[in-house]
Amino acid sequence: MTMFVSDWQWGYDGWIVVITALVAMTCAIPGSFLLVRRQSMLGDAVSHAVLPGIAIGFLVSGTRDGGWMLAGAIVAGLATAMLTQVLRRVGGVDRGAALGVVFTTLFALGLVLIVQAGDSVDLDPSCVLYGQVELAPLDVVVVRGIEVPRAVPWLLGVLAVTFLSVQVLWKELLVASFDPATAAAQGGRPNLMQQVLMVLVAAGCVVAFEAVGSILVVSLLVAPAAAARLVTNRLRPMMFIAMSIGVVAAVGGHLSALTVPGWLALETTDVSTSGSTAVFATLLVILAVLASPQQGLLFGTFRRLALRFRIAEEDLLGVLYRREVESRGLGQPTGVHLSELGGGGPGLAFRGMMRLAAIRLRWAGYVTPFRLIPHPDQIKLTEAGRVRATVLIRRHRLWELYLAGAAAIPLDHLHATAMDLEHLAQPDLLASLEAEAAKSVHDPQGREIPRG
Amino acid sequence: MSDGIATIFAMGTPSLAVASTGGEDFLRILLLQDFNTRVVVAGAMLLGAVGGVVGTFLLLRRRALMGDVMGHAMLPGVAAAFLAVQALGLERSLPVLLLGGGIAATLAGLAVIGLRRVSQLDDDATMAIVLSGFFGLGVVLLSVVQSSGGGGQAGLEDFVFGKTASMVTSDVVVIAIGGLLVLSVAVLFFKEFRLLCFDDAFAASLGRPVMGLDLLLLSMTVVTALVGLQAVGLILVVALLVIPAAAARFLTDDLRWTVAFSSLIGAVGCWLGVTLSAAAPGLPAGAMIVLATAGLFVVALFTGPKRGLLPRWWLGRSLRRAVGRDHLLRSMLECREVTGNGEITAAELMMNRSWSRGGLSGLLRVARRAGEMIQIDRDRWRLTDRGEIEAAAMVRNHRLWEHYLLEYAHLAPSHVDRAADRIEHVLDPVLVRRLETELGALVDAGPPASPHPLADETPPGDDVVAGGNES
Repeated sequence: MTMFVSDWQWGYDGWIVVITALVAMTCAIPGSFLLVRRQSMLGDAVSHAVLPGIAIGFLVSGTRDGGWMLAGAIVAGLATAMLTQVLRRVGGVDRGAALGVVFTTLFALGLVLIVQAGDSVDLDPSCVLYGQVELAPLDVVVVRGIEVPRAVPWLLGVLAVTFLSVQVLWKELLVASFDPATAAAQGGRPNLMQQVLMVLVAAGCVVAFEAVGSILVVSLLVAPAAAARLVTNRLRPMMFIAMSIGVVAAVGGHLSALTVPGWLALETTDVSTSGSTAVFATLLVILAVLASPQQGLLFGTFRRLALRFRIAEEDLLGVLYRREVESRGLGQPTGVHLSELGGGGPGLAFRGMMRLAAIRLRWAGYVTPFRLIPHPDQIKLTEAGRVRATVLIRRHRLWELYLAGAAAIPLDHLHATAMDLEHLAQPDLLASLEAEAAKSVHDPQGREIPRG
Repeated sequence: MSDGIATIFAMGTPSLAVASTGGEDFLRILLLQDFNTRVVVAGAMLLGAVGGVVGTFLLLRRRALMGDVMGHAMLPGVAAAFLAVQALGLERSLPVLLLGGGIAATLAGLAVIGLRRVSQLDDDATMAIVLSGFFGLGVVLLSVVQSSGGGGQAGLEDFVFGKTASMVTSDVVVIAIGGLLVLSVAVLFFKEFRLLCFDDAFAASLGRPVMGLDLLLLSMTVVTALVGLQAVGLILVVALLVIPAAAARFLTDDLRWTVAFSSLIGAVGCWLGVTLSAAAPGLPAGAMIVLATAGLFVVALFTGPKRGLLPRWWLGRSLRRAVGRDHLLRSMLECREVTGNGEITAAELMMNRSWSRGGLSGLLRVARRAGEMIQIDRDRWRLTDRGEIEAAAMVRNHRLWEHYLLEYAHLAPSHVDRAADRIEHVLDPVLVRRLETELGALVDAGPPASPHPLADETPPGDDVVAGGNES
């Protein structure tokens, strides 16, 4: 760590990262379930709505020490979920609106309570909102002779309880999350599972209250889970990946809080760690959106481009072959005019694509002459290129034969359809195509089907 | 404008300037005798009305929580505008901060739409991610503002929690301009929005620019949320966009009236909230506005004529009563057919149909009051002449339908009772006459014979099935 930040102190910054990471892990577990249940905004609502619970717990006990506040927050969290359900079921209110009504009301109630009690107790609503993880390491208790921040034992406890209850209820939670009707039919209790989840979310919210602020807990509930969801399709790995992403966000968040202002040449030093953790977590989601192997934008775009590239290559080869056959013995130049390729039309992207395809073909040794940047107009097939083009043309004409016969497509439509289909290269498809057209030597238009 | 700015960046006063204890002062507030009070009340009510209008469209478009996302997303914009103004050494001004907030909120709205397009995350997840990302950035910028010691962070806090009570004339002017803008757009495009909310595919097929209308609605939300910052702060501004609209849905089905009621509820809620907060010192006005509006929501939830709980319960109750009365009369006749005795005990009725004991005695009481039955002694009941006619009609309807089902739907005799049990209450005279002609041979005057054994003669199991839905 000291390689990034010169004045890194393990006794202080280390604890901040540990606390934030514990919160992130605690939130990632119920957050994963909320995500697959499409209820992520419920996390947002609960994180607001625990405010009156925290306030009441605080007023009753008069201290910031966990128990009462935890209980109050859990009750408030459950109340949010239940009131929302009631408004939806009994009142027929739209889901988003029901959430909005409930949590804003509870949040306002919490604000009133806090302001009312403002003189007697030290609970600042903005502290609840933004959190002050920077102060957490200063508030220590002694456990077995070691000084640890007071939040750490609490966080460890809640994390353990959350993790264990999810492990114990795993199957039932799983079924209830993906298919409540099946769960109910199998004697499961999807409604109870919803409540369990709410308890876990509320517990996460209240332990996060001091560390990252109860608003930013929504980030740790949704962002790691969403990033994990983009990487995997299975719930259990997703949960563990989400927990690790949460830890990464905690480390990255604190590091960037320390370093980024320096890069931007700001003179300030105490940038909110909870805020930057939330931003970092969001950046991780964006990273996952871009670069996830299965669902990421980059890989998807890459795959699409690669396919288009292969098609362009094959089209070019096919046209070269046809031109060669036509001009056999006439001594004409054998290049290809782009206009012959049809398809994409004479657009810039199309021409660029063909240019690239020509270069690629030349490098692979399918066409000559050996020039650094060949133009499609000035190339002709090599022996290897001719072999590959023969395979393609054969495929094209077999398709035409099949389409004219089995699919009864009129003659003037054959070519365009076959142009699309010739790029399909599944072996069994080709085998059955071959079998279909076993004895034919000519395609429907009377051209020879080359032996591949 | 300058006095307004001064107030914003001063410490927000917790309650109305005139606020203090004592009934006399409360009356002054209620009667709007101070200019200051009038300004605050006017601003808040205007805001509530605008929020109600925009909220209705958002709710019907199922985007109720977009207001939430945008409200939160304003924080980084406001803080960044603050920092930019500070860095450039300009004088801070409200419009610049609002502009920053508006840009950030618009970006957030676009980010939600974009993220939903490019990833497979659902609506909830994309909204929560954008919300928390923007808000996190806002908290970071806020901490930069605080540590750079501009001394203006108190003003920024006002944006988070609102500062209704210290609104001044210029703030109300800002609200009025924004509000009128939004309202006129809503009136101008009312037809388009109605189409968009109820059937966007149809709107698209008519050539309406659905995307453009959505963006228009988005920007109306931004403007509302911006001016709402003044009153309730960026977290609670969602309440003004959601609660009045959700409440108005209980009152009416007509979109015009929904919009009208929604803005009325918003305005009244804001007035109530401001008044309450002024009446008791230390009650934050923004939170009180939300609580007052929520109170109106609860009232609408229970009493709203269209979907309210009480009217719906009442309707259900009268329906249950009418059905129960029909069943009772029919049971009386059926019992008489079985026993041959016109005086029926409650026990016999219990055998005929599985009533609950309390339900049966309630029905008996209602029937006696309606003059359809008389109580002979403690336990025995008899139909009056009027009851006799009604009961005969019920039994006749029931059995006609049973015979019809046997004849034309080819149901087994054991299955017709329950079907007829449900339909008998809604057979109108025209239909009954048609049934009579269809079944001509089977009917004369008086109820036809039952095609199946009556309840007392069958094993008890069937009986339960036949009358199981009686309460």
